[in-house]
Amino acid sequence: MRCIKNKIEHNGSGAVTLCPDEPEDMWHAYNLIRPGDILRASAIRRVTTVQDTGSTSSARVHLNLIIRVKNLDFDPQSSQLHVSGQIMNETPHTKIGQFHTLDLELNRNFTLEKEVGSDGEGIGWDSIAIESLKDAVDEGGKRRAEAIAVVMQEGLAHICFIGQFQTILKQKIEMSVPRKRQGGGDHDKGMNKFFKVTLETLLRQMEFNTSLTSGANNEAVRPVLLASPGFVASGFQKYIQSEASTTTPGLKRLLPSLVVVHSASGYTNSLSEVLQSPAVKTILADTKYARETKLMDDFLEQLRKETNKATYGPREVEYAVEQGAVGRGGGVLIVSNRLFRSQDIAERKRWVSLVDRVRDVEGGDVRILSSDHESGKRLEGLGGIAALLTFPLVEPDLDSDAE
Amino acid sequence: MSRHRIKDVDYDDDDFYDDDDVTADPEEQEFLQQCTTAVLQQLNAGQPSVTATKEEVQDALWHYYNDIEKSVNYLRGKREKEATKLQKSKIQPVPAYPAPSATAHFSAADFFRDCPWLNIPSHRISDILIEPLYPRLGLLGGAPESGGKLSKLAALAAARKKKEGEKAPSQPETSTPSTPKFEQPKTSSLDHPGTARSLRDRLAASGRSTPKPSESPAPLRRLATPNPNSHLTPKRPESDTKKSSASEVSESMQRMVLEAREPEPQQPVPTIQAEPSEFARVLIGAATGPTAAEPRHHLHFNSSDLLRIYGHDHAEPFDFAAPSPDDVVLNAQNTAKGMKSKSAASKSAAIKKGQSDLAGGVKDLSVEDKVTVKSKNLDVISEYKKSTRKRSANFVVIGHVDAGKSTLMGRLLADQGAIDQRTLDRYRREAEKIGKGSFALAWVLDQGSEERARGVTIDIATNQFETDKTAFTIVDAPGHRDFVPNMIAGASQADFAVLVIDSSVGKFESGLKGQTKEHALLVRSMGVQKIVVAVNKMDTVQWDHERFEEIEQQISAFLTTAGFQESNISFVPCSGVLGDNISRRTDDPHASWYTGRTLIEELETSEPYTHALEKPLRMTIGDVFRGGVQSPLSISGRIDAGSLQMGDQILIMPSGETATVRSLEVDSEPSDWAVAGQNVVLNIANIDPIHLRSGDVVCRPSSPIPTITSFTAKVLAFEHLMPMQVDVHRGRLHVPGRISKLVASLDKASGAAIKKRPKIVGPGVVARIVVEMDHAVPLEAPTRIVLRAGGSTVAAGLLE
Repeated sequence: MRCIKNKIEHNGSGAVTLCPDEPEDMWHAYNLIRPGDILRASAIRRVTTVQDTGSTSSARVHLNLIIRVKNLDFDPQSSQLHVSGQIMNETPHTKIGQFHTLDLELNRNFTLEKEVGSDGEGIGWDSIAIESLKDAVDEGGKRRAEAIAVVMQEGLAHICFIGQFQTILKQKIEMSVPRKRQGGGDHDKGMNKFFKVTLETLLRQMEFNTSLTSGANNEAVRPVLLASPGFVASGFQKYIQSEASTTTPGLKRLLPSLVVVHSASGYTNSLSEVLQSPAVKTILADTKYARETKLMDDFLEQLRKETNKATYGPREVEYAVEQGAVGRGGGVLIVSNRLFRSQDIAERKRWVSLVDRVRDVEGGDVRILSSDHESGKRLEGLGGIAALLTFPLVEPDLDSDAE
Repeated sequence: MSRHRIKDVDYDDDDFYDDDDVTADPEEQEFLQQCTTAVLQQLNAGQPSVTATKEEVQDALWHYYNDIEKSVNYLRGKREKEATKLQKSKIQPVPAYPAPSATAHFSAADFFRDCPWLNIPSHRISDILIEPLYPRLGLLGGAPESGGKLSKLAALAAARKKKEGEKAPSQPETSTPSTPKFEQPKTSSLDHPGTARSLRDRLAASGRSTPKPSESPAPLRRLATPNPNSHLTPKRPESDTKKSSASEVSESMQRMVLEAREPEPQQPVPTIQAEPSEFARVLIGAATGPTAAEPRHHLHFNSSDLLRIYGHDHAEPFDFAAPSPDDVVLNAQNTAKGMKSKSAASKSAAIKKGQSDLAGGVKDLSVEDKVTVKSKNLDVISEYKKSTRKRSANFVVIGHVDAGKSTLMGRLLADQGAIDQRTLDRYRREAEKIGKGSFALAWVLDQGSEERARGVTIDIATNQFETDKTAFTIVDAPGHRDFVPNMIAGASQADFAVLVIDSSVGKFESGLKGQTKEHALLVRSMGVQKIVVAVNKMDTVQWDHERFEEIEQQISAFLTTAGFQESNISFVPCSGVLGDNISRRTDDPHASWYTGRTLIEELETSEPYTHALEKPLRMTIGDVFRGGVQSPLSISGRIDAGSLQMGDQILIMPSGETATVRSLEVDSEPSDWAVAGQNVVLNIANIDPIHLRSGDVVCRPSSPIPTITSFTAKVLAFEHLMPMQVDVHRGRLHVPGRISKLVASLDKASGAAIKKRPKIVGPGVVARIVVEMDHAVPLEAPTRIVLRAGGSTVAAGLLE
């Protein structure tokens, strides 16, 4: 995402103009835009006019609309963001107060304005919003989906795109492969068919051109991680190799980027294991994902050791922060960014103030994990918030029976 | 072509019913009545006296625009023509009732030409005609065997029409077949313009002709239907209007046949005549003299029914015993497909049943070829009690990878004669060729090409062998940690377990750390009580007694803590490769210290296991495969509860699709039924294979297993539990899920809660947890489940 114009005031109000240029930017936009914000973007609206005689005609018109955001709808699979709200500017075709759903499009600027209301209506650009804006605007300009993972087991494969901020499950392949049976060759046949389908789907998803002539453009192929328990992944690799040497020579370009790793199962649960394997670590040394995974592992390790130096859950963490346990010298607050996406302003304020407190007052470290990553999902299971403490803290039995 | 015809038929039907609703102007009606009586009078009065039905008269009147004189002339001429024509014509004109003069032309012999045994005396002919002819309809048309049914239908249709007629007294009538060719229906433009007519005449004429434009196209189209094809048409409409009742079908068929037979110009003129609406009749009904008109209408109705019946009779009967040309084609197509021969057969059978079953036949013709399997309706449980089968036992073979599980079982099978020597030799040759001679015995069970190439069991393999007392089913489980899900599937099928331990130096120790413990814990938590420990590869340690005792000590200590009772644990030192102490006693002098039972003797001590025969059917699908040409779709598994027989309807959960059991095999032997505890292969039909996955549950539609997305379970933690992502295993079922809540940690003995909502549950602690899954999964309490994460088993327990 490119930042075109930045006019954020000191009090937190102001507007930014942004230009999304890759699908993942939509995810950033999704995290930036909140209900109550003012969004200006170009839109196509179908306008129906009624003549005096009662006949109607409808036309599609290009408009620049300003809406006050009511609702956000993000489709991670296709990276599309639909923002609905009430129109605030008058145009020849629309009235103020009419509803419109803006579909943000790639390479089309949009302007996002956040207000600071006197009565606490808007919260403006708080620290979290600024941080996610920084994340969103990528100065280096080289941020792409970093790897493709095919997590598979017999008859089941998940094709995932591992990006900087999200892991998108692109496609799930499920196929009934006959088990081995006395004197039956069905199993091998079934596996071959399964590999064939998986390869076709993978190539389609990564938009890989198998024709030989396309080899000239030398586009870098992203690493493809083949993960499975047992021998399925290596079988798949062998299948690709044999395909490359027989029917589709264009596949040869793909071969060097294949990495076979072990995973416990063919479900996306085991992606974290894939990302931790040494073979992958060398490829994806310093991705956000790898860091997040490591952080989560450290946390779970502490939890397992039962040293009381780790805690999770909203109330528990708040208690720990109050006690000053999440401070300088190892205190880490781990928050899922889902908490900041809350519709409720008070809820968001609660977490923003907690983060601000840990960072500015306590001096602890704050990590915001993407809820669309595997590690973020693990954190979600723990209530979306967790903390590594500087000293063991035995918390009083928080009366959490009251659900 | 035929498609268009189908459509036409439908429209015709619509028109037919629409006609009932159209009401004519009562004034016209009245005038028509007057004219009719006038014409009839003139006809009777004139020389020679001629009779005509009211319909004919009204017909004529309509054509001549109520010109009484012309109508009379026409009718006279018509009667004379008929008289001459009837002599030649083979097709009998149908006399209109009551028309005594018409009966004179009617030849009973011709009428009953297809009933040779009925030689009706001429004096009785009129009686026959007056009588309602419903029971004889069968004699009049259709094939001999289908006649009875057809007549019923025809009677039903006639009755239905009568009923309709009572509702709407002046329902239009079909044409009189005797109307000569030249009687083309004329439009008003063809009429003599010079004829003086009163305004009323004109009004009446125009009023009457109004319904015509809408009416005429349809009959014309329908009459254009080529006659030779007419016998096909009755079938076709049904394939489109499957749901139409049998009576409707037969009715429309009668109409079709009738119409097809009619010479082209014979437009069913009276059809266009509409009766006054209820409202109109209420208004001016008294003036038209309903008392006089209505009974007559009733009479007409009866006669019109008869006309129809006769018309049908005159139609060339189609022998429904033979398949129609369309069916011939369809059958040929189906038999060409091979697998559907059965359904094709049932199809032709359905056709033989005749028209009454056409509706059913149409179902057979539908895209999904339903296979119907006749159930023998056995009382399976009493069959089971009667049966003299040997008691059967399933056991799973578990242990660390490379402990020699497959080899041990291969040896067992070879010794018991379940596998012949030639095959064994072949395996040995092939194994030696790839430099894995010692794996030859394992190849008996490791059938997969990958398994053989790598020398590792990947998936479970089942095999049967019998001793004098018991029929055993071996479930050979893989030992490698990646294939523990497969091992769980195997263990869920087992009554007891054989734990194979590698006694060679270093291997035993590594195995203990590895899957030996995990497997033992798993089988225990899946409900296995009895365990036989086969201390394998004793030959590599020269049958060292101390080594054996050391292993025995360690393992029994571990197993007792895992929850096995001391009495249910037994140890056998053996050697799978050599076959010592498997089914024969070892002759190695070093092993003289062992005097206990051999492995096979130990297996036979297993007690018979009882299964929940009376409970609703539950079977987890282990495998979905193509059994062969005869059974394109088969599933295998072990029946967990209940019973099953051939022809049963089964429900597959979570897809919720039903299927029919075409045939079934118990332990590779064909059988009519199966009960819980048996390993079965079901050959099923009437389901798309995409609805079947291994791990799905087979149950009965009457008592389906619920599908759930979240459950509470009491589990024993093997590792730390916290809210985390886990894989849920139950037999072949393997789904991702997550622990969403740790409800409480429990006291092992009493089950009382020790700590509510613990942050983390340590290994060895019993806890109550809530697990959520992404998709609905067929699970019901009480079921034993296993939770795994990151390639290791984290907990196992019981669904609550």
